Amino acid sequence: MLPAEASRGADVIDLVWLVALIPLAAAAINGAFGRRWLGKATGPIATVALGASAALGVAIFFATIGLGHEAHRTVTLYEWMGVGDFRVGVTALVDPLSATMVAVVTVVSFLIHVYSNGYMSHDHGFHRFFTWLPLFVFFMLVLVLADNYVLMFVGWEGVGLCSYLLIGFWFEREAPYVAAKKAFVMNRIGDWGFTVGVILTFLTFGSVAFHDVFAKVEAAHSADPAMLTLIAIAFFLGAAGKSAQLPLYSWLPDAMEGPTPVSALIHAATMVTAGVYLVARSTALFAAAGPALVVVAIVGAITAIFAATIALVQFDIKRVMAYSTVSQLGYMFLALGVGAPIAAIFHLATHAFFKALLFLGSGSVIHATEEQDMRRMGGLRRKLPVTYWTMLLAGGALAAIPPLAGFWSKDEIVGAAFTNGYPLLWGIGVLTGALTAFYVTRALWMTFHGEPRDHHLYEHAHESPPVMTVPLVLLAAGSVIAGVVLGFPPDAGFIHGFLEPSVAVRGAEHHAPDYGLITTLAGASVLAGLIGIAIGLAMYARRRPDPAAVARAAGPVYTLLRNRYYVDELYDRRFVDLMRAAFGAAWAFDIHIIDGIVDRLGWLARLIGGQARRVQTGVVGNYALSIAAGLVVLIVVYGGYATGVFRR
Amino acid sequence: MILDRPVLDHVLTLLVVIPIVGLVPLLFFMRDERAAKQVALVTTFVELVVSLVMLAQFRVGEAGFQMVDSVLWLPTLGIRYEVGVDGISVLLVVLTTLLTFISVLYSSGGAIKMRVGEFMAAFLLLEVGMVGVFIALDLFLFYVFFELMLVPMYLIIGIWGGTRRIYATLKFVLFTLSGSLLMLVAIVAVYLASGDAGSRTLSFTDLVSDRGRFAPDFQFWAFFAFALAFAIKLPMVPFHTWLPDAHVEAPTAGSIILAGILLKAGGYGLIRFALPLFPIGAQAWLPIILLLSVVAIIYGAAVSTVQKDLKKLVAYSSVAHMGFVTLGIFVLNVQGGVGAVLQMLNHGVVTGALFLFVGIQYERTHRRQIADLGGLANGWPLYTTFFGIFVLASLGLPGLNGFVGEFLVLVGTFRYEGDPVSGLVWGPLAAIGVILAAVYLLWMFQRVMYGPVREAYKDLPDLSPVEIASAVPLLALTIVLGVFPQPFIRIIEPSLERMLALASAAAVAVK
Repeated sequence: MLPAEASRGADVIDLVWLVALIPLAAAAINGAFGRRWLGKATGPIATVALGASAALGVAIFFATIGLGHEAHRTVTLYEWMGVGDFRVGVTALVDPLSATMVAVVTVVSFLIHVYSNGYMSHDHGFHRFFTWLPLFVFFMLVLVLADNYVLMFVGWEGVGLCSYLLIGFWFEREAPYVAAKKAFVMNRIGDWGFTVGVILTFLTFGSVAFHDVFAKVEAAHSADPAMLTLIAIAFFLGAAGKSAQLPLYSWLPDAMEGPTPVSALIHAATMVTAGVYLVARSTALFAAAGPALVVVAIVGAITAIFAATIALVQFDIKRVMAYSTVSQLGYMFLALGVGAPIAAIFHLATHAFFKALLFLGSGSVIHATEEQDMRRMGGLRRKLPVTYWTMLLAGGALAAIPPLAGFWSKDEIVGAAFTNGYPLLWGIGVLTGALTAFYVTRALWMTFHGEPRDHHLYEHAHESPPVMTVPLVLLAAGSVIAGVVLGFPPDAGFIHGFLEPSVAVRGAEHHAPDYGLITTLAGASVLAGLIGIAIGLAMYARRRPDPAAVARAAGPVYTLLRNRYYVDELYDRRFVDLMRAAFGAAWAFDIHIIDGIVDRLGWLARLIGGQARRVQTGVVGNYALSIAAGLVVLIVVYGGYATGVFRR
Repeated sequence: MILDRPVLDHVLTLLVVIPIVGLVPLLFFMRDERAAKQVALVTTFVELVVSLVMLAQFRVGEAGFQMVDSVLWLPTLGIRYEVGVDGISVLLVVLTTLLTFISVLYSSGGAIKMRVGEFMAAFLLLEVGMVGVFIALDLFLFYVFFELMLVPMYLIIGIWGGTRRIYATLKFVLFTLSGSLLMLVAIVAVYLASGDAGSRTLSFTDLVSDRGRFAPDFQFWAFFAFALAFAIKLPMVPFHTWLPDAHVEAPTAGSIILAGILLKAGGYGLIRFALPLFPIGAQAWLPIILLLSVVAIIYGAAVSTVQKDLKKLVAYSSVAHMGFVTLGIFVLNVQGGVGAVLQMLNHGVVTGALFLFVGIQYERTHRRQIADLGGLANGWPLYTTFFGIFVLASLGLPGLNGFVGEFLVLVGTFRYEGDPVSGLVWGPLAAIGVILAAVYLLWMFQRVMYGPVREAYKDLPDLSPVEIASAVPLLALTIVLGVFPQPFIRIIEPSLERMLALASAAAVAVK
């Protein structure tokens, strides 16, 4: 894009660790001095740091473009741990894939930091917020920059920790900290898969560094295909936990208990895409593990439609967006599974803009009304014009209306499913597109259009200050143009050429894009989206048919969706009860059986001791007899040993 | 490591002597609380500094014993006073002196209210035993120090403990004694088997170079006796039930030392003596030990989850964490072994810190039942931060110390290729323990720290300067060992490789 930047690229890339360390420094300063001394200054400190980090991150992105084809650079800080042949460096890998992630993460983070200065301004935990948010960015950057799986795991767990802290930010109330723990524990279940995957990778390939591993995957087909599949499935379990895929998705909607900027940054734009990044990064590995890819595609497609159906009937504006995120992440995994990793990263990038915007817009509405239930909203577009227009653009992008960003990236995914031979998954993708268009239309209409349903709430609503609306506008610009800038023409845009070296699988064939087919498929998707919007408008704008009547007619289906397929009931109640009973039984075993035996032994000893006490007669002759007897026993034993009688 | 020539000769012997020297003035000041505290503080601080000097003059990269002092102690029996450190023990010695100093520092801040002089005396005596255990190179000397640790801890729990202290301390002593007496029998047997009359020895170096004498059957039983003593000390399932009781009743400083150091004596004994002296015996018992280790990891974590008492929860979590130590040692490869040694250090730092913070909390609220607590985070930002970081380290968050040891042990476990069950089964099972650790620790943390402010706890003060001073070194180690583990690994690895070479049964030519 800007070739002039390339000439100084070599120097900028060496500074890549600073991109991560600057937010860490801000977190350290705010953490150490925020509560006592800095107070409200923590916000600007973190924001300025993020600004610097974003500037450097973008510079590195452009420098990476200048590196040319097949290029990647590593920057090592020090050796983290090395025992025998197991060696892990604190090493950054700068290549098109990580540079793209760095640019997206730092820019979106910066905008959300700016916004948070306004959104959190009245919160008594302000300094805490601006300690944990930059700390999150640090770990996210470690995650995307790491050149090996173990260092990546540091970022992986670190973002999970920050997510835990920020979901439970308002820890005086129960719901946030329960949600926080649920998120952490579900992620940990996935992390078990990650751990197993990393160690099996090391044992199979003798290294945990990406380039070593992938080179060996491609060079020799010596590795057992079953083992490769096992590794890939293990990693995918980790990815499913972090990126909220079935069956480990249910923590993400609950995570909405955190402050809204957190939902935007961590639970929409960045952290939850880490699983997508992991699989995309491991493309070479997954490509060699055939069955694993099919699993990824199927789980992604099912999650996409599953979450979209739940989003149809939610009334909490943030919950709609949360299930939408789960659904969109499903699309990204669908892309990875059908062999279109570039489309997955493309959608990750555009989604980061428009979904962050949808959350921040929701936050602006919540900030204005102190209400999250859309049933009490309505007509707010007159009160919140900037929020309304920007959210409308983001909603259009989510519904994949051309030429907005989401259209280009989502259609590429759905199209790839068809062209790569998965017509059924293509069908699910198109259908989910219609559902998506419906629920976003519904949400926007219920919030902004119609008559105000709660006049008190309406009267007190006010547009947010510029510190919040300016980031909305900037993200809106991204939501509009990112698709065209990055991905036009389809399958042959900038991002395709740029990411190719990072995710290319050796030996894969290249087809020239068939624009006739692409246009036809895109037409089908757009049509599905328009139908979704039309139904949404008909139901909510014109009340024909009336939504309540539809709900009644749908009966049990509606109830099932309203209760989110009863999965939370199953997990939070049945499964937890089962575990508690099992662990309680283990403890009872410990007290009554293991320790019971110990106490019985003690009782026995006392009994024997009681009898033995009678030996202490005080008569010297008895003692002498005992001594003599003991001596005889000793002599026999010792003699037996010494002469070899007792040796076998 | 840093000093190119030793500034202190006989530094290890000095480490044994300093606490004994400190005991002398303490006996005179027994009734003067302030003076007793000062003497104990100065003594343990000097001990800490000297141990750091010792670490500084340790030559990194060498596998063998360093700074060895060796004199004939009981000439007629050929028993020696022989001490030395290698990469496996040197860091444990420093951990001992550090945790002892922190315990004394914290206890002198007001946590011990009666018989302060006697308490400090018990601690100094305890320190002699603990340091001695990690540096003794003669089995008899080791046994003396091993039992010496028992007496002061028996008193510390029995005098300064909680309401059920007598039951707890008796259980602790009887358990440990029954194991170590068996070990004594084995030591006598080893002595008799070590040579003909006149040339018998209990020196580790001599024994290990001549261990071909120990017939397979002999090794089978000798290993069993040693391993049982150490398994009780660790403790391994099913010999662990003394631990929750002892911890619940022990005063805070006692719990710190018990979890931080005494349990390590078990792991250390296995890796230092049981394994290299009786490699063939070890092979025979290996499958059972691996099984019990994995059981400890999962079972300890499962039982932790349902604990209602804070100290019991941390105690059971120790059972799980020590399972990683035995697992790492007995998969018999370098990642597992280095991981096990690191896990001992990390567990000492982190669990010591957890007991410290449970104690600090108890001092204020006088409650240890989790259900009685809640909302403490509101008034105690500093306490919350410290305690939170130690909790995260304990659940193995990468970047903090707990992760490094556990992950290396897992790497070692996965690559274990033994019969009848391979590492590909043990590894994934052990990794489940990491999930469960998050469950019980975070659940505990949120029930104790989060929620609305409680009226009763509203005006309780945050950490005092003494408490901060006690916690800061542990926090620093938690972070340094997590972010920069490599310097520590470099100390441990060569000696561990040597130990493994000794333990590989193939290298032993049976005479």
